[in-house]
Amino acid sequence: MAEKWYEKNGLEGDVAISSRIRLARNLKNYPFPHLMSLQQKNEVANKIREALEGSNSYIAATFRFINMAQLNDTEAGSLMERHLISPVFAQNRAGKYLLLTDDETISIMINEEDHLRIQVLSEGLSLKKAYDTADKIDTLLDNSLGFAFHNKLGYLTQCPTNLGTGLRASVMLHIPALESGGAIPRLEDNLSKIGLALRGTFGEGTDAQVGLYQLSNQVTLGLSEKNAIENLQNVALQLITKERDMRNEICRRTEIRDYIMRCFGTLRYAVVISHGEGLKLLSAVRMGINEKLINGISLDTVNKLMIELQPCTLSVNSGKQLSPQQRDIMRADILNKSTAHS
Amino acid sequence: MICGICGKNQATSHFTSIVNGNYKELWLCPECAKNKGIGIGNLFTHTATDFSSFLGSFFGDGLPSRTSATRCKSCGSSFADIARSGKVGCADCYTNFYDELLPSIQKIHGNIRHTGKIASCANPQLKAEKELEKIKTELDNAVKEQNFELAAKLRDKIKEMEGGKDNG
Repeated sequence: MAEKWYEKNGLEGDVAISSRIRLARNLKNYPFPHLMSLQQKNEVANKIREALEGSNSYIAATFRFINMAQLNDTEAGSLMERHLISPVFAQNRAGKYLLLTDDETISIMINEEDHLRIQVLSEGLSLKKAYDTADKIDTLLDNSLGFAFHNKLGYLTQCPTNLGTGLRASVMLHIPALESGGAIPRLEDNLSKIGLALRGTFGEGTDAQVGLYQLSNQVTLGLSEKNAIENLQNVALQLITKERDMRNEICRRTEIRDYIMRCFGTLRYAVVISHGEGLKLLSAVRMGINEKLINGISLDTVNKLMIELQPCTLSVNSGKQLSPQQRDIMRADILNKSTAHS
Repeated sequence: MICGICGKNQATSHFTSIVNGNYKELWLCPECAKNKGIGIGNLFTHTATDFSSFLGSFFGDGLPSRTSATRCKSCGSSFADIARSGKVGCADCYTNFYDELLPSIQKIHGNIRHTGKIASCANPQLKAEKELEKIKTELDNAVKEQNFELAAKLRDKIKEMEGGKDNG
């Protein structure tokens, strides 16, 4: 099995967990997916698949073609947890298809809101690298499919928020120190004024404050891909520096160090750990590793656990349907073992 | 105040945003406000809310409304369909309803002109213009970095391209 992107810690990895590039594209001569019949959806999917497979590119050889209608809810949920598909794509799966590489860095959603959503994920702060890959696939597919394009409005998309480049670039940031200092609302506000968005993630449905936020561009028209990515990269670097300063400061306080080590203790010895609690504990431990309070467990492992201990992914990897309680026990067991050798 | 999204419930929260200097204001009911937190919701809400008065003024003048009668030849959507659902029907809708869609696009992006990558189907002139723009930017950078050798090369290239355009 190829090593997954989330099993590696990348550039600026103490704060930047991963980078993501998404390009929205549509074929000419078909309405957008919400107006398509099932037959048209299947037709479009086959065209895209053939375009990719017929390209003779080395990239094309590594894709698996997945019919979303053939997956059960848990399998679809796990793809969502691993950020390979959107929540919308996991629902009403008839006529939806996914092209996915083994290392899970590239996923192409077919018939989501647009005919194609080309997505590239990579570890750490690596937007440029992710964009280059997405750009290559885009060019490759455009050459045989011919994407819908308007001379003034650029790439045409179902929702006008994506018009132009169709590019949504984002960085997943772990900023627990900024969060605990109450800086997030002000940051959200300031970032929205410069066309960027900061949104909490992972905490959804768990109510847990886990310090994970996604920073992304909002404007896609009138700004080139290069500029959009550079802007985002610069702002991400500023946030990373602020987070580091803040961590330095708060980790000098006894009660914070005590909190982090208590979290580590719970990970090591607790018998039942829910998803929300697990994330909260891992978030604290992640900060503890970076501040050199904890050693013996690597950031790679923490990143991997954050992904793999989510409910659906845990079930899929165990190969059986688990009840919520079975999952919580299995999660605690994995966490105990991962922290045992330090 | 009635919610600006569903138009049914009592609005309880006031929502403002500024993107690229564009001020946007919305009154929302609790449910729509909650939905708003997840997705952006219906972007044409302001258009849809204004739509009746918009149509009204047309009818008031005794003129048939182009926007309600015209349907996209490719997908059959009318602008009313798009305004109601917040979803553009197909790529051709952008050409067919260009004037109607433009104000919303301007509000969203603060811009109405694409400056990024060019698709293979774009017309050759546009491709040439983009290429020229790109080289001009490179030239600016070269001058800033005082890389005069590269700047000279780029200047020659620009001259050649602009000359080529005149002849063509």
